[in-house]
Amino acid sequence: MFLDLFYGLRDEGIPVAMQEWMTLLEAMKRGMHGSSLLRFYHLARSCLVKSETFFDAYDRVFARVFHGVEGQFDDLTEDVMKWLQDPKNFPNLSPEELAALERLSSDELMRRFLETLAEQDERHDGGDRWVGTGGKSPYGHGGQHPTGIRVGGESGRRTAMKVAGERRFRDYRTDVALDVRQMRVALKRLRQLTRTGLATELDLDETIDETCKNAGEIELVFRAPKKNDVRLLLLMDVGGTMDPYYEPMSQLLTALHDERGLREFRPYYFHNCIYDHVYSRARLTRADAVPTGDIIRSLDERWKLLVVGDAAMHPSELLEGHGGINPHNTSPTPGIAWLQRLSGHFERAVWINPDEQKLWDHTYTTRLVQRLFPMFHLSVDGLADAVQALVGARV
Amino acid sequence: MAVQQDDFHRFAGTAGYIASAPLVDAVNCAVALERPLLIKGEPGTGKTLLARHVSDGLGMPMLSWHIKSTSKAADGLYVYDTVQRLNDSRFGGGDVSDIRRYIKLGPLGQAFSAPKRQVLLIDEVDKADLEFPNDLLRELDEMRFTVIETGDEIVANERPVVIITSNNEKELPDAFLRRCIFHYIEFPDAALMKRIVAVHHPNLDATLLDQVLIKFYWLREQSDLRKKPSTSELIDWISALLRAGITQDQLEAHIPFIGALLKKEQDADALQRFDAKSGRYPTTWKELGPRYNQ
Repeated sequence: MFLDLFYGLRDEGIPVAMQEWMTLLEAMKRGMHGSSLLRFYHLARSCLVKSETFFDAYDRVFARVFHGVEGQFDDLTEDVMKWLQDPKNFPNLSPEELAALERLSSDELMRRFLETLAEQDERHDGGDRWVGTGGKSPYGHGGQHPTGIRVGGESGRRTAMKVAGERRFRDYRTDVALDVRQMRVALKRLRQLTRTGLATELDLDETIDETCKNAGEIELVFRAPKKNDVRLLLLMDVGGTMDPYYEPMSQLLTALHDERGLREFRPYYFHNCIYDHVYSRARLTRADAVPTGDIIRSLDERWKLLVVGDAAMHPSELLEGHGGINPHNTSPTPGIAWLQRLSGHFERAVWINPDEQKLWDHTYTTRLVQRLFPMFHLSVDGLADAVQALVGARV
Repeated sequence: MAVQQDDFHRFAGTAGYIASAPLVDAVNCAVALERPLLIKGEPGTGKTLLARHVSDGLGMPMLSWHIKSTSKAADGLYVYDTVQRLNDSRFGGGDVSDIRRYIKLGPLGQAFSAPKRQVLLIDEVDKADLEFPNDLLRELDEMRFTVIETGDEIVANERPVVIITSNNEKELPDAFLRRCIFHYIEFPDAALMKRIVAVHHPNLDATLLDQVLIKFYWLREQSDLRKKPSTSELIDWISALLRAGITQDQLEAHIPFIGALLKKEQDADALQRFDAKSGRYPTTWKELGPRYNQ
């Protein structure tokens, strides 16, 4: 049974090796778990899992190995979570209304919860039956029901099974896009250290060498400190199809602006596809237009190019002349030609796509753009891979 | 087994530090197994403070090593002060032939050579270069190292309790992680937070505290916040409220001294807009939703 846990964790991609396993056995030999499943849950997690990003996977494996409730809630929650993500405000219920709501026993409630979920196939807010937000139904969150089931939340910590089942660490997974802080961590690797600039750092080895050559007369030698040499050009799609991604995009921008380590950073914006102008501000007015050709000419090929966009558009917007969606602003050169020039000019260029990876191949234009740019998903993992492609060793 | 059991329950939190049960277990596990304890968590959840209180709780002296972006692993072991020696040889200040006079032990070296078992805090290990933790692998594993200049070997008499904190600014290498006991300090829930606040402000009125916490958790629930306020900011904020003599009524309508909680301009602006729209702040736990009502 314990070995199931070990292999279960490895199957989930958690890097657990013999060393950690032996540590756990050693701790158990000394009675650290105190014969309590809850303490064993924490002890095993301390010893085996070394990053909170794996806590969610650990919870799933733990629940499966020690209970057999594998994935029961897994598939359904993905959709349900989406409905629940933006709660509609609920009306304040009077005490009478609250009292009127049925008080259900928990077994009964769970049975009906599962039944309801099985029947439900759409988002639902404000009613009194379906899983949703702001309603009087016992299921969902942000609602008011005396004995309801909260979907996608946390509760007290009474038993290990409940703690594991709660999956409170879902938010720490790295394969989903998250917050500014995690993006910043991913961007930290965006650096190439070189010695340029003023010599302000004491070079001890050279100092000793020179001093010896100088017959013991102290000769101080200075050198330039290491600095990040990465210059980043960001081209960001702010068109209509990107609106749902406003939140992660603005977080990415915040993280990039905060990344003071970069030697230079220039953001420009475009709508759907890049033509002969990009814009220095996200309003995309004509006053902010900058010729794309000027950018290519003025920035040398060592600049790193990061394009952010969904690459999903009408084929004519990408392939035909005068394809631009803005009637005032069409250019005779098709967008694909500009993309080719950009990807050809810069030594390292990547495309970050906020759409889910499995959707990419369904869109014709996304497939075309993927031939020009290595494409990565806008998630913490995807961003880390993109950064690796920008500054890592060539493969 | 019974004797060793006692071994495990040595640290139990102190009067000045409220530790959750899993954290206490993790500390005791690290102490007993003589492994480094890696602590992560949101900023302001008391990672650094933990070391001082472990040292108090276990009655062991504490050494701290605060990592900076320029820190090198070798600095923690010892520093060979070549410039001083050069200077002395040039101007005749002292016995230059004894190299040991110019070897100064770093925090790790001091912890190894101390006669008593020490608590060693390696603070914010993620500040340093990516390779930094890897350079310490052998020293932390075997608790010994050799001073190259003299050939002396420094071996730990008693393996120190090593507590490493990380703010998660960089990933740590796998080989390093494999050797650690890991604990992630979760953000305290309202009940635990009340106990924590009570440690710092024992005379705070209970109803006022409720209002304070409702506002605080409500703020943290706002998903568009760039930087969520943390425990230490809450404690500061309460100090400010107490000094100014804010009453419960004032707190119901406004969030005074918002600068103590929100440190980003955009966040403060967003709240001001909320204020201007005469948005109503929650005044009861019920309004915060079911998570806070169990």
